[in-house]
Amino acid sequence: MTGLLGALLPAVPLTAGLLGLLLPPAPRPDDTTGGARARQVAVALGVAGAVGALALAVALLVTVDGPTQTSTTWVDIGGLTVTLGVRLDGAAALVAVAVTAVALAVQVYSIGYLRRGPHDDIDVDHRYPPYAAQISIFTGAMLLVVVAGDLIMLLVGWEVMGLCSYLLIAHDRRLAGAPAAAVKAFLVTRVGDVGFLLGIALLGVSTGSFRISDVLAHDHSGVTLTAAGLLLLAGVAGKSAQFPLHTWLPDAMAGPTPISALIHAATMVAAGVYAVARLYPLFTAAPVTLTVLGVLGATTLLLGALAATAQDDIKRVLAWSTVSQLGYMTGALAVGSPSAALFHLLTHAAFKALLFLAAGAVIHAVGTTLMSEMGGLRRSMPVTFWCTVVGLGALVGVPPLAGFWSKDGVLTVAESAALEGTGPAPSWVGWIVWIAGLVGVAVTAWYAGRLLLRAFFGEPRLPLVTPHDPPALLRWPVLLLAVPAALLGLAGYVGAFADRLRFPTVPVAGSEDGLVHLGPGVLLPLALLVVGAGLVALRWRRDPAGDPASALGPLRPVFARAFRLDDVQHTLVVRPVRALARAARTGDEVVVDGAVEGSGRAASGLGGGLAALHRAALPRAAAGVLAGALLIGLAAALMGVVR
Amino acid sequence: MSVGQVLLVAVLAVPALGAVAVAATPRDRPARLVGTVAAALTLLAAVPLVFGGRSWVAWSAGAPAVRPWHQLDLPWVPGLDLRFHLGVDGISWPLVVLTALLTLLCCAYTMWRVPDGGSGRALVALLLVVEVGILGTFLALDLVLFFLFFEVVLLPMYAIIAGWGGADRRRAARKFALYTLFGSVLLLVGVYVVVAAAGTADVVALTGGGGLSRGTQLVAFTLLALAFAVKSPLWPLHSWLPDAHTQAPTVGSVVLAGVLLKMGTYGLIRVAVGVAPEGARWAAPVLGVLAVAAILVGSLVCLAQVDVKRLIAYSSVGHMGFVLLGVATLTATGIQAALIGNVAHGVITGLLFFLAGAVKDRTGTGTLAELSGLRETSPRLAGLLAFAAVASLGLPGLAGFWGEAFAVVAAVQVGGPLWTTLGVLAAVGGALTAAYLLRLLRQVTHGRPSPAVGGVGAGLAGAELTAWVPLVLLALAIGLAPALVLGVAEAPVDALIGVVRR
Repeated sequence: MTGLLGALLPAVPLTAGLLGLLLPPAPRPDDTTGGARARQVAVALGVAGAVGALALAVALLVTVDGPTQTSTTWVDIGGLTVTLGVRLDGAAALVAVAVTAVALAVQVYSIGYLRRGPHDDIDVDHRYPPYAAQISIFTGAMLLVVVAGDLIMLLVGWEVMGLCSYLLIAHDRRLAGAPAAAVKAFLVTRVGDVGFLLGIALLGVSTGSFRISDVLAHDHSGVTLTAAGLLLLAGVAGKSAQFPLHTWLPDAMAGPTPISALIHAATMVAAGVYAVARLYPLFTAAPVTLTVLGVLGATTLLLGALAATAQDDIKRVLAWSTVSQLGYMTGALAVGSPSAALFHLLTHAAFKALLFLAAGAVIHAVGTTLMSEMGGLRRSMPVTFWCTVVGLGALVGVPPLAGFWSKDGVLTVAESAALEGTGPAPSWVGWIVWIAGLVGVAVTAWYAGRLLLRAFFGEPRLPLVTPHDPPALLRWPVLLLAVPAALLGLAGYVGAFADRLRFPTVPVAGSEDGLVHLGPGVLLPLALLVVGAGLVALRWRRDPAGDPASALGPLRPVFARAFRLDDVQHTLVVRPVRALARAARTGDEVVVDGAVEGSGRAASGLGGGLAALHRAALPRAAAGVLAGALLIGLAAALMGVVR
Repeated sequence: MSVGQVLLVAVLAVPALGAVAVAATPRDRPARLVGTVAAALTLLAAVPLVFGGRSWVAWSAGAPAVRPWHQLDLPWVPGLDLRFHLGVDGISWPLVVLTALLTLLCCAYTMWRVPDGGSGRALVALLLVVEVGILGTFLALDLVLFFLFFEVVLLPMYAIIAGWGGADRRRAARKFALYTLFGSVLLLVGVYVVVAAAGTADVVALTGGGGLSRGTQLVAFTLLALAFAVKSPLWPLHSWLPDAHTQAPTVGSVVLAGVLLKMGTYGLIRVAVGVAPEGARWAAPVLGVLAVAAILVGSLVCLAQVDVKRLIAYSSVGHMGFVLLGVATLTATGIQAALIGNVAHGVITGLLFFLAGAVKDRTGTGTLAELSGLRETSPRLAGLLAFAAVASLGLPGLAGFWGEAFAVVAAVQVGGPLWTTLGVLAAVGGALTAAYLLRLLRQVTHGRPSPAVGGVGAGLAGAELTAWVPLVLLALAIGLAPALVLGVAEAPVDALIGVVRR
């Protein structure tokens, strides 16, 4: 029963998506309704798929108790078994609920967001059917990753997500940069997936099967584990936007805002963290991998937070904050607590989806994504304002909002790993995660405060537009997401919730006795929060019209361009590969094919030469014949002598 | 004669008689229809070959390593001890069906559109002759017969390129014919080295070495592998392929990439590895290194390519590199990966060439720089192109994934510094594959429509959909149920590996 629910969970949105792809992608020229009918069917399919998946996920959450799995052989390739089956536990069910809830919100929100308004000069909802279908497939692929009981199945969902992100980021035809951003998202994650595939290959070959339970149960050699773990981390870094493969995520803002919410909250970036939690025993058995993950996580955390301080585009602030929050999650994994990581993943899903959809409402109302052209929206858009306040409060960790509890959980585990060495990795990893996490709290408070002040307070900087709260289709998803963003953290006190996030297969670290920790330890991050928020408020009070980012001084352009890592990537990877490609093409055409063409030309040249030799006048020809006869005669005589 | 034997004969006789009938039908359109019907009947005869004849699959020590489901063994030229020996098993059957299917689709496509250059009737007749040659190659269980069918393909293919191709067709056709003839000479010598040393040309008896000395096996494998490497093609013996593909008409490219190249990889598995296993073990590292070089060089050249058809042609070099890497590992995993990679490449690249042909027919250009914004004017064509490109880059869940991923897995499985490095480099080649196909999509489908694309209508002809939809469905079906191909191949591959690894 549970197994069936698990199998249906990805199947329902995938089927809805595949059916949606069969709809006419664009209105026909002779269609007077402008494709209204296809749009209605697409909306119905998309929403039905999401509702069905949400219902299944909730049913799964209610029924699942203890790990369950089903499996049947998919294909056997030369003695390596690939299975088809699900592996379900409480954590999988919780993540599935988060994914499907956000997906439903995004499907509903998109109906209103991608609609041609009275003032739009071109059709913004052009090709709604494939758009909705791609969201459904995206959701289904993520759910496949969540329930997969086999590494190859997981890889299927994993890469299909990469494809869907590519398709959806490139959806908006008005943005010239969208196709490039889409290609970048697919390619950067694909580079990470080279490692992911090799890691899976190593584990599968070592086990003789790709079934996750077999892989976890098998006694791998230390070298295999370390190598496979590090290779898997490359894929995780790609999907979960960890340094140095994080560069695609901010560019992915070229996609429609609901898609940003989907990628940042429910799918894609969550997959990497989830996959590590899923395979956690492999990583604890090879602590080097967790050390690497800790260093990457701490770097990502600070990098993302600092880059967020100097962005002017509201979506890019949120994108960099996602990068930073993912650093908290991988940091938690590195210091030994997949529970804390997944708890933060769930709360982050709620508040980041809320923030993106609220930002979408703002962009919808003012027609720009730049905060320098916003301001004073608090009065004209009160609902959006309060929802954003809740989302930002959760992001910075204001008690009792969701982010406070989950971030505190991460910091507590890191503190214990640093001070008492309870983590699987060396205690210095605990130290860097803890310190990066604490600094991150202050920086997060600073940039979140800046976003709120720049967009919603002060005087309107674009006086021509009259912003207003969004229509119901956009408002309700935002309002409903505000509830978990505010309250989900308290669920950590609910035994049933905490039990589902507990990892039975993981050796319990010293501090792993619960999800929430309310002790004197919370005072330090709270104090840092006040410092960060206070600094930005002071700066703003001094100059309400100016950008608080000017306080960064010469660092501002560096942060705004995220330490110029894009340029580094361009110089170290993109340009050499392009040069190599040109060289390969020239070499192939000039050397390899040149040899072929050359031998052809040489042959016909030789033939021509011989032909010319044969075209001789009578005297020379006669001499030739006589010489030949003489030679043959000589040869015959000599052979006669020999015999 | 049993039903299986009748079907075996029918698979070769129907297209051969069909070609004659097409040539004899006086009017053009009815002749094309006759050819399409013949191709359809061939497919109908090829599919049921899978039934029956598998009762003795269980492996026993004394049984030969090649155990056809159905076979037909008749004396042909008794004086020279040549036999007309046909047979089908799990290694050849998927390729037989693929050949019959692609020929049918090409004939059906020709019903709708005949490329400039000659009559549609002659084109269909030539397609059917090519089909006879390819099917005969896959079915022959006698080395001399194999060589004969291998050669039958060459001249009609030459005529297709030279007759219906692009502007520079004669040069490309000549290069194709001369280059592959060079391979054929090696094949002929290799076949006679084997036949002279073993005293028989029977593949069933020869598989596993058949008592050939080590020296003979090394020589035979070198000759045969070189011959098949030209056909496959293996870098650096590939340079006939881009020219031939770029100039060939759409249906020619589809048959060329879809099945003609498979004769090389099939021959490598069935003849070269089977007959000279010791030679294969000896040459495997070289083959592996060249295969990975093909993957990397092919992908890099694609990244710098400026013509759509040429890009897809070079992508074949990379994809066939994965297939050859699988063969070179000489493991059951690797050979199975090679088999499914073969079939997947036939389906996907066949589709890609159909679509590239459609783009070129509509816009009149194949230059990437002149193409952009196809999704604005023809969303369905752009969507299909995206599907084919994504399948080609090996997206898990579609057909291309299994062959490429498991070639890497097989290399990792062999282990050791050399093969691990080859596996890693092949995986990197997978990322490069994604890079060039995304570059293709970005250029052709995204952005504002270029002048060439601006006039393209949104509609697709019914014949086009008829030709493409089966390939789309097949790419999806093989991706979701790889057992369609691998289920039948498991027993013969295990038997082959059993004698190769001995």
